[in-house]
Amino acid sequence: MTVKTGFLSRLTKWARLHSPWVLHFNTGACNGCDIEILDALTPRYDIERFGIKLKATPRHADILLCSGPVNNQSAKRLRRIYEQMPSPKFVLAIGTCACSGGVFRGCYNIHAGVDTEIPVDAYIAGCPVKPEAIIDAVAKLIAKLEAA
Amino acid sequence: MSLVNISVGPQHPALKEPINFTFTLDGENIVSADARIGYAHRGIEKGMERGNYVQGMFLTERICGICSHAHSMAYVLGVEKLMQLEVPKRAQYIRALLGELERLHSHLLWIGVAAHEVGFDTIFMYSWKDREVVMDLLEELSGNRVNYAVNIFGGVKRDYTKEQLDNVRAKVLSLKSRMKYYIDMATHEPSFIARFRDVGMLSHNKAIELGAVGPTARGSGVPVDHRVTDTFLIYDELKVNMIVEEGCDAMARYDVHARELLEAVKIIEQILDQIPEGPISVKYPRKVGPGESITRYEAPRGEDVHYLMADGSDKPFRYKVRAPTLANIPAVLEMFKNSHMADIPVIIASIDPCISCTDRAVLLADVYTGKPAMSWKELVAYSNRYYAENHGIKG
Repeated sequence: MTVKTGFLSRLTKWARLHSPWVLHFNTGACNGCDIEILDALTPRYDIERFGIKLKATPRHADILLCSGPVNNQSAKRLRRIYEQMPSPKFVLAIGTCACSGGVFRGCYNIHAGVDTEIPVDAYIAGCPVKPEAIIDAVAKLIAKLEAA
Repeated sequence: MSLVNISVGPQHPALKEPINFTFTLDGENIVSADARIGYAHRGIEKGMERGNYVQGMFLTERICGICSHAHSMAYVLGVEKLMQLEVPKRAQYIRALLGELERLHSHLLWIGVAAHEVGFDTIFMYSWKDREVVMDLLEELSGNRVNYAVNIFGGVKRDYTKEQLDNVRAKVLSLKSRMKYYIDMATHEPSFIARFRDVGMLSHNKAIELGAVGPTARGSGVPVDHRVTDTFLIYDELKVNMIVEEGCDAMARYDVHARELLEAVKIIEQILDQIPEGPISVKYPRKVGPGESITRYEAPRGEDVHYLMADGSDKPFRYKVRAPTLANIPAVLEMFKNSHMADIPVIIASIDPCISCTDRAVLLADVYTGKPAMSWKELVAYSNRYYAENHGIKG
């Protein structure tokens, strides 16, 4: 992507930094990480105070949160969802399974991690990932965006 | 009006987990529905055959991230049956305590999700805030928020001090007034009642015929709760009231969940009152069997069935899991019939689905035509050939 310095691009960057919208897709997880992602939205952690909002469709999302080792069935859907997201797009691999396949690595229909299908920007390990770690990863990703 | 087919899922705003439903609609009414599962299939049953029994414990825990203790319990009970171990009483009480705390967090989670599906996000936030209290307790007791890994063959890994157990009692009792509020709200809040009453009807006879389990069955007046009907662990020493509602609709299922919260608090109090002193584990053998065992465990969502075939080695020979949501899928398809399209999210949520638990089976069918990719004859020939080549068993 070429770096633009016009008013419009500064405005979009400002908006993106202050309100990144996320999409959650379960790529064959055990639900542990999925619940922790939802947990991060609820009063104890409340990531909405950073402007982070869970969206239901890939076309509205800036960040794709993937949980779970990718299996044969979800691989195709994962690629399609990634393609539907508008650029620039970012992917977080949430949980040990999404990073490397975790405990399921070597099972017959497991692709051993999200990065076997789509490019990943941040890996968060943990089984399951704690909500604090998800918030930390998103904050780091925003810092990375800011520097770009 | 001609019939229209619409497909919902696997990634859809109405769904929290990957599953695919195909609805046949006549206008706004659902004529029939079909489900396609397998998006979270990970091949755990085959994976069980790779590792030894101890490794299997970690894999069964990760069948489901909500009721992980239930699955690990069912596995451990099955293996212990074949090992013929006498598990110390204190360990069994600790297992039951963790199980009931898990039921608390799972039901609070469900109440939130159900409220969210009817657009009542305040209750979603309230119940998940209360759930954090239970999650803190679980983290304190086990070291992790979800996959507790507290079981080991012959007992549990952690023992608790009196202060820790008193803390559990205090925290759980502090939630009691909140639970009463959820029950009260469901009986008085008109907008809530309007969305749940007479939605997703599952008659008593249909619930039995389709083999519904857990709160889904109990919401249709079927008295099945294995803590009472087929006791395991130390539940025969506790007084457990089975919560059964006759409403047959989503409201009845909500009531079952909400009242079971209070019941779980009572059970936790009994456990804390009766927990004996003593050892928490015994030594276990490395090799198991030969033999077979079937275990039933009442998970928050219903009956977990685990089957184990052991051949005397240190690895399971065959493992089979039937999770509660799989048993409830025929029931949810029945509920969809003659329902309104707008009620789809509520009906799906009302069975408390956990798709990650469900996806055990491999579908041998062509994705596009729906025809079986393998005929029965071919499948038998394939399985005989597989076992002849890999395990030297002649079919």
